[in-house]
Amino acid sequence: MDMDKIDQIIDKHHCEASSLLQILLDIQTENNWLPREALGRISERLEVPLTRIQHIVTFYKAFSLVPKGRHKIHVCVGTACHVRGASRILDTVEAATGIKPGETDLDMKFSLETVNCLGCCALGPVVDIDGKVHGKMSPVKTSEVLKLYE
Amino acid sequence: MAQLDSPEALESFRQEILSKRDPERPCISICAGAGCVASGATEVIEAFKAEIEKQGLAAKVDTKGTGCPGFCERGPVVVIYPEEICYLQVAPEDVPEIVSETIKENRVVERLLFEDPVTGERAVHESDISFYKAQERTVLCNNIKIDSRSIDDYLALGGYSALTKALGEMTDLEVLEEVKKSNLRGRGGAGFPAGRKWEGSRNAPEPIKYVIVNADEGDPGAFMDRALLEGNPHSILEGLILGGYAVAAHEGYFYVRQEYPLAVENIHLAIKQAEAYGLLGENILGSGFDFKAIVHQGAGAFVCGESTALMTSLEGKAGEPRPKYVRSNVKGLWNRPSVLNNVETWANVPHIINRGADWFTKIGTESSKGTKIFSLVGKITNTGLVEVPMGMTLRDIIYKIGGGIPNGKKFKAVQTGGPSGGCIPEDQLDLQVGFDELTRAGSMMGSGGMIVLDEDTCMVDVARYFIHFLTDESCGKCVPCREGLRQMDRILTNITEGRGKEGDIELLEELSETAVEASLCALGKSAPNPFLSTLRYFRDEYEAHIKEKRCPALSCKELIAYYIDPEKCMACGICFKKCPAGAIDGEKKKIHIIDQDKCTNCGTCFEVCPAKFGAVTKISGEPVPAPVPEEKRMIMKKSPSKESQKGK
Repeated sequence: MDMDKIDQIIDKHHCEASSLLQILLDIQTENNWLPREALGRISERLEVPLTRIQHIVTFYKAFSLVPKGRHKIHVCVGTACHVRGASRILDTVEAATGIKPGETDLDMKFSLETVNCLGCCALGPVVDIDGKVHGKMSPVKTSEVLKLYE
Repeated sequence: MAQLDSPEALESFRQEILSKRDPERPCISICAGAGCVASGATEVIEAFKAEIEKQGLAAKVDTKGTGCPGFCERGPVVVIYPEEICYLQVAPEDVPEIVSETIKENRVVERLLFEDPVTGERAVHESDISFYKAQERTVLCNNIKIDSRSIDDYLALGGYSALTKALGEMTDLEVLEEVKKSNLRGRGGAGFPAGRKWEGSRNAPEPIKYVIVNADEGDPGAFMDRALLEGNPHSILEGLILGGYAVAAHEGYFYVRQEYPLAVENIHLAIKQAEAYGLLGENILGSGFDFKAIVHQGAGAFVCGESTALMTSLEGKAGEPRPKYVRSNVKGLWNRPSVLNNVETWANVPHIINRGADWFTKIGTESSKGTKIFSLVGKITNTGLVEVPMGMTLRDIIYKIGGGIPNGKKFKAVQTGGPSGGCIPEDQLDLQVGFDELTRAGSMMGSGGMIVLDEDTCMVDVARYFIHFLTDESCGKCVPCREGLRQMDRILTNITEGRGKEGDIELLEELSETAVEASLCALGKSAPNPFLSTLRYFRDEYEAHIKEKRCPALSCKELIAYYIDPEKCMACGICFKKCPAGAIDGEKKKIHIIDQDKCTNCGTCFEVCPAKFGAVTKISGEPVPAPVPEEKRMIMKKSPSKESQKGK
């Protein structure tokens, strides 16, 4: 990731240690993952030890220390979706993509994550792919939807 | 525009906005909440804009995307003012008809109205729909009327009048007293009286204090805070400013869940607009009171909904809770007095200041006042957000508003209070909802998630689901929660997968006791609730899993098998073609059978088998019948009676 961009983000938050989380979130949004150089740069400029940054990026779910695939699949496993069969949807996605939650396939096509509630409980079970919500999913429908992505 | 420098200036500005608005001018409000957007609301909004333009009505009709009115089940929801005609499940194809019929000719499009499933009558207005009729909406009611990105819309509906009243006519102490008198209890979980919390902060010696909005709505299945944040952000901001005034804090924070990007955007925008009008900043409305608001995003950690963890996270650290020997309203963010309340609590404050504590205390039960928003989800006909007075019975919420259980299934339990709550069985459905009432039944109010479970839901699996969720979300700081929950999760998983053994229930009870007694924060202390409440009411299900290796709800994947009833199978080939594991053997006119060794229990065959045949069944706790011998598998004639003889 471009160092200038990282510096810009740090400056936007006035280089304050209390904004560490917000800086990391901005970089995650910008770059989709947190490369090692970025963490080093933040540590240096904010004067926060790298171990503390490591603690934070592994504590919160929003951060990724590895690159993400072209398409991000979020299978909702919130309670409403769970009781409507979300685990079968997750099984189907795992079988179709060959990856488990938290993983990215070797072709960098899909990254799979579970999410605890997308707030579309009326449509449960739901799967969010690249921000588009697919509702009332069944295993059959899930396999068909996944075929639409290249 | 110039900043408003007095309460009078705000009032005259409000009149100016109103004078420019013609109440008779048609306005098409389309819900742009998460649920409706997922059902295609964005396309509907675009279609309305294009159609209005096409029919040359742009100068005469307003179109706006609004906050969520709650009836997610029938989204996208469209309400046309001033007649308040409510259309449900509107698709872009319906738009030209709505514009030419309703807008131009003032005729109602019958087929898009709500049809009462019992009487078959059509409801023209939103308020006539059975889902809304029994509700009492004070906090949510403006969502569908407001373009969430417009402060003028909020002002036109009387927004910030509580602020003008407080700053113009009341002292800070009077505001505090009014909230105390209202007995408003925290809507986020524990139900602590907001006024007492505020008073503690106000009286703390440290001069710098904070007020914070807890918008880290992490309960899976609850989205009322999201609806308010996205739909009516100014109502929360107004509450926060009032809170700041009452406790003498000059800085307020919104801690918003990162998973809600639209909420983050709308709150940012609301703050900017309020600053531009002089409703935030220095010397607000000439009162001498200064206040600023800052937005912080969470980063995906459920435990950050806990007060001390949230404050640690606000400081830019990993959100771990700390012991509360000194409460956070005395020593919180940066070790200073900090009032933390939930989104819905703050949104109630302007109403209390406007209408008075006496109005508020008239609603609700002895110990729980006002209304509460519940997110009614799961196996329920009308999924959505419902706002009801405290004290309504669960039965009324589920049957009168929610329309009961779909697909002719039987009600089994309702889970309230999120992962820390519990399940309430059918014989307690006449329980009135309230903080203390739900706690007595072994559950809790929590933030208001209400998940309805039907006979197909396995209660052991529900307990396992929540304990697993909490194991994942435990921050790991204290042992009873980190290790205890992990063991509970393991034992419960074993039970649902057929490896349960005698003594498991007792061991789980022991682990629960330790977690409740010895955990550091509310996450661990309340984590065993889902297990304890399901055990209290559904012990037989636990025993069936452990002793008979049987799942009574036919839900636990490892304990069931799929079987094709040879007497019902018509050899249509659908399941054979759809089976992703290639486990079904069959061909035309040949009864299909499932190879149990290949079957992955995905349930596809069960799902695709035509309802008129219903040949695929689930079996649990008993051996799967041997497949039909090869020579008896041919179906000679299509008549079902002959076919069934053949099967025998």
